[in-house]
Amino acid sequence: MTDTVTLTIDGQQITVPAGLTVVDAARRAGVEIPVFCYHPKMEPVGMCRMCLVEIGRPMRDRATGEFLREEDGSVKIQWGRKLETACTARVSEGMVVRTTTEQVAEARKSVLEFLLTSHPLDCPVCDKGGECSLQNLTVAYGPETTRFYYEDKEHAPKHVPLGDLIILDRERCIKCGRCIRFQSEIAGDPVLTFYQRGHHTDVTTFSDPPFDSYWSGNTTDICPVGALTTVDFRFGARPWEMRPAASICTLCPVGCNITFNVRREAAAGGKMVIKRVLPRQNEQVNEIWVCDKGRFAGYHFAESEDRLTQPLVRKHGELTPVSWEEALETAARGLEAARGKALTLAGGRLSNEDLFNLARLTDALDGVKALDTFMAGGDLTAQFGLGEGSNLADLGKGDTIVVIASDLEEEAPLWWLRVKQASERGATLIVANPRFTKIERYADYAFLYPYGREAETVCAFLDEGCSCGGEAVQAVADADRLVVFYGQEGMGLAGSRALAAAVARLLVKTGHAGKVGSGMVGVWPRANDQGAWDMGFRPQNGLAAALAAAQAVLVAGADPAGDDPALAAALDKANFVVVQELFLTETARKADVVFPAQAFTERSGTYTNGELRVQRFYPAVPAAPETAPDFAIAARLGERLGVALEANSPAAIMRQIAEAVPNYAGVTYEALAEVSEQYPLIGRDDLYYSGAAYENTQGLGVALKPAAREGDIAAPEAPTAPEIPADGLRAVPVTRLYDRGALVSRSATLQPRLPVGAFVALHPAEAQRLGLEDGATATLELNGGAYAVTVRLNPQAPEGVVLVPRSVGVPVVEVASCELRLAVGD
Amino acid sequence: MAEYILLRHRDIPNIKDIGVYQEHGGFEAFRKAVTEMAPGDVTAEVKKSGLRGRGGAGFPTGMKWAFMDNRNWPHYVIANGDESEPGTFKDREIMEHNPFQFLEGVAIASYAVGANRAYVYLRGEFWHIAKWLDQKIAEMEAAGFLGDNLFGTDYSLRIYTHLGAGAYICGEETALMESLEGKRGQPRLRPPFPPSYGLYGKPTVINNVETLTNVPMIIARGADWYRTYGTEKSPGVKLFSLSGRVNKPGNYELPLGTTFRELIFEHGGGIIDGKKIKAIMPAGASSSLLPATDEVLDTPMDYESVPKMGGMLGSASVIVLDETVSIAWLVKKTVNFFRHESCGKCTPCREGTYWMERLTGRIASGEGALQDVETLYSVAKQIQGKTFCPLGEFSTMAVVTGIERFREDFDALVKAEASE
Repeated sequence: MTDTVTLTIDGQQITVPAGLTVVDAARRAGVEIPVFCYHPKMEPVGMCRMCLVEIGRPMRDRATGEFLREEDGSVKIQWGRKLETACTARVSEGMVVRTTTEQVAEARKSVLEFLLTSHPLDCPVCDKGGECSLQNLTVAYGPETTRFYYEDKEHAPKHVPLGDLIILDRERCIKCGRCIRFQSEIAGDPVLTFYQRGHHTDVTTFSDPPFDSYWSGNTTDICPVGALTTVDFRFGARPWEMRPAASICTLCPVGCNITFNVRREAAAGGKMVIKRVLPRQNEQVNEIWVCDKGRFAGYHFAESEDRLTQPLVRKHGELTPVSWEEALETAARGLEAARGKALTLAGGRLSNEDLFNLARLTDALDGVKALDTFMAGGDLTAQFGLGEGSNLADLGKGDTIVVIASDLEEEAPLWWLRVKQASERGATLIVANPRFTKIERYADYAFLYPYGREAETVCAFLDEGCSCGGEAVQAVADADRLVVFYGQEGMGLAGSRALAAAVARLLVKTGHAGKVGSGMVGVWPRANDQGAWDMGFRPQNGLAAALAAAQAVLVAGADPAGDDPALAAALDKANFVVVQELFLTETARKADVVFPAQAFTERSGTYTNGELRVQRFYPAVPAAPETAPDFAIAARLGERLGVALEANSPAAIMRQIAEAVPNYAGVTYEALAEVSEQYPLIGRDDLYYSGAAYENTQGLGVALKPAAREGDIAAPEAPTAPEIPADGLRAVPVTRLYDRGALVSRSATLQPRLPVGAFVALHPAEAQRLGLEDGATATLELNGGAYAVTVRLNPQAPEGVVLVPRSVGVPVVEVASCELRLAVGD
Repeated sequence: MAEYILLRHRDIPNIKDIGVYQEHGGFEAFRKAVTEMAPGDVTAEVKKSGLRGRGGAGFPTGMKWAFMDNRNWPHYVIANGDESEPGTFKDREIMEHNPFQFLEGVAIASYAVGANRAYVYLRGEFWHIAKWLDQKIAEMEAAGFLGDNLFGTDYSLRIYTHLGAGAYICGEETALMESLEGKRGQPRLRPPFPPSYGLYGKPTVINNVETLTNVPMIIARGADWYRTYGTEKSPGVKLFSLSGRVNKPGNYELPLGTTFRELIFEHGGGIIDGKKIKAIMPAGASSSLLPATDEVLDTPMDYESVPKMGGMLGSASVIVLDETVSIAWLVKKTVNFFRHESCGKCTPCREGTYWMERLTGRIASGEGALQDVETLYSVAKQIQGKTFCPLGEFSTMAVVTGIERFREDFDALVKAEASE
């Protein structure tokens, strides 16, 4: 148990954990101590001076250490000569804090008066107006009038782009440094700084490109004034016009809790539209942060002009708009005819409810349930995953985290952040990758292995005499808790299957399997890949052949034809293709029937994140016309194929899932909506404390119990490494956060940060051998195709390989021999 | 005075040459410390001498050294040669003319606290002194007084100079360390204090140049000898930088406890043109303004007596003001300085100095109203007690004491405006 301290704040006695700041302790006692520079997630700096209070400490006898007492028996208190900043003062036994005295009131009023001398009076047009700490605290504690001459006010530029996404209003900035400290302390991207000094102090960025960080949007949440705004929300709406809608980010397997701010808007023809994304507190998932991809590209695709809004059926070779009835009849007939030879290909961006219904439908057709992924191991993570009682925030001294085959910040940014923090708290971090990524900066042990040796590298941790160093092996074996992240770097199905098996073996053999807090985490390419495995979908070896051979193919939430020409050719051979989609994708263009699906912003559902936490999302805006949720489309098809599926209530489907899928027993929509107290205590009626992130009132989700908790599970067989080309120039698939995927590329906001076209990265020495310079246009020959790519030099790339990002235009499934040469005419 | 203790070049012309310095006992104190004394004994001797910090705060030097955290290594020593207080020019004379005695002081302090690296932090304008000291450090290395295995022991020491980039705040010890580490010169939160968390987060002793220059003489001649100068609580000699409306401005080495009257009228030759003395700033621009009454003039300049008169001895940069000086003008000058030098870290100093500059500007130019004087006073009072570091508070001293003690100078200016 943690030590506690008892102190008195404004006459109220309170017992709090030792080490807390007086600001945090007061907040737990329900006493407001206003702050600007202090933020509960960052080290205090005591700069703004807003939190000045009177602090007294008990006097002790120097000889005995006993408290000295007044005549009436009360403890003698030594009061400071000056007020103290409550953000830098730590609680101590017997401390007495006064926040309501005249002296404190004078201090607050003075500090506010000072801040306002430099501040513009543009609240009526300021984006922060209505949710501004300075505005609120001025009303509460500030002077009513100004004594400062207006003509003495210094004016400053009001539109200073700090980067493509964030604008600085220099007049509004109160120099609290929260943004700067967030970037250096939390994000690990120290790209902001103060420059000049005194009254001319300003915030600036010195990175190239400016404000180069995946975390920049968070600075606008914690900015206590309207100094930092995002390009997408700037001048977009007033805070009080919008209502919040709880949701879950769908762009990676972390499952960040978010809140959409929604309003009805004339500019949108009177429609309800989402105006911005804010983090929603979940201290077990994303705390109060989200990455820029989630914030600036998280929902925009759902508002895209090219959404499908009517069912289509192929007539005389053309996709033709038809009624739902006709489309359902046509699809049902085609699927019925393929009984026993049908295949459903589902993507991990569908919800559990969608996947469950699609699985039941496919079972009824005696078909194959295929998952659209290049990454294996979801069966093993369901057995040996983290789940109930685990929280990355608990990891610290004595615990070990292994990250293997993952460029973690690119693949799952929040996990990168949480692993970094665990390492800073003292957890041992071991990173094994084929090239150095950003996470290695925080590693205690970092190993490089050649592509293809992923499983072998993990197995070496079971071998005391291995070359990777006895200390790291020991740190794995002796860990109180062991968490292993395995990722997407350079592997296809075969490679990741071997790696997942190796990781599961490691957990079992070191005695960590089934232990609360320990487990393996798949850094999945999609938000609900885990849920898809749990609902029974599996990746297919030889997907192309399976598609070509199927009598009927039902594709939901996936675009195989758009991803890979080989799969496109296979689909051409499939007899009958039904697609449920948001857009007319390449796959949809090949379909016989296309159903317009609803986006996650328009409906309810659940996702299961990589830590085995099931989380619920809620409708934020009305559904696009003529669309239906994927689970309902499946149910309506089922109705025509003789299988009864729930078509209306996702909550009811979850009840069926809880019965049918062992891990999900007890998961209900009610349980998913439960909340408990989280620290720091954010939100509520004030914003000065932690910023604009939302308090979580709509559910922290339910963590599943991995199967290994219920009883010992034998370790998987020792895996055999897949055959991959060992020499010659090899193309290697890697994952970039900012790619050109179908969802992210529909965000206008993030567009300037996305790659313009296909590119590859290679080591400068390799480039020199190939006669290529940085920025050259080259031709990449790979798997029988030729692609125009831009060459980027990356000193971290191993020699002999070409790093090919997924989803930027070059289909790359696993390590393959390739050729790269200067494009003709360049 | 019979003999100079700090400004020994005034007695011994070429003491800046290493040979001359050695002829006059140079480095014998360092040799004695390293070869004959335990580090703790050196600290004990300095403690016994009663030497107090000459940078301004007057904190007992030996006690500071004894606070060093011996569970955390390495230790560092820093000589604070920022000398940024307006009116202070004493460290410069020491370093320019008696460099080896200062460097020997650095070396002895380093030995006493177990530091193998010491830094001399100099204000940016002292580039020529940095170059000069580098040369002197090289001479010491060549002569075997710096480097490895000094005097045949296992003690090693190297001294480096470092130039700031021109900021008043870098005279504040924690801002100085930030600057030395290559960061923005802004003060750190205290506690932790430098003896437990200093340069690069390691235990650090930081002393003023003048303070360290006392040390070789204390070790060579003993604490008891040193205590024959000065007063009981403020022993030793002090350099007084005398400036302003006096006939003979300059540095004066006098025992602590010398009166203002003796400094100004005997050593300083009195007021220019025989004018009447009006006020004294005993500690540079950050001083309170003391009206030059007989009581003040007869006050001994030591760490205890000056505060009784409502001022501070500080770095003892005595600025003398005569009847020709408008205190409102003077206050404007000090506020200009502090506005320019405010580091911007905390709100009251950053915004308050700007506001005060606007108000003093109005008042001094004759455009102010009575109400502006009231506001100025209230703004200054409002800054007090709320700033992050003491320097913020310094900006208010002349303003508050100026208005309290010389109100008529302000009223004269604003009244002239009002009568138009």
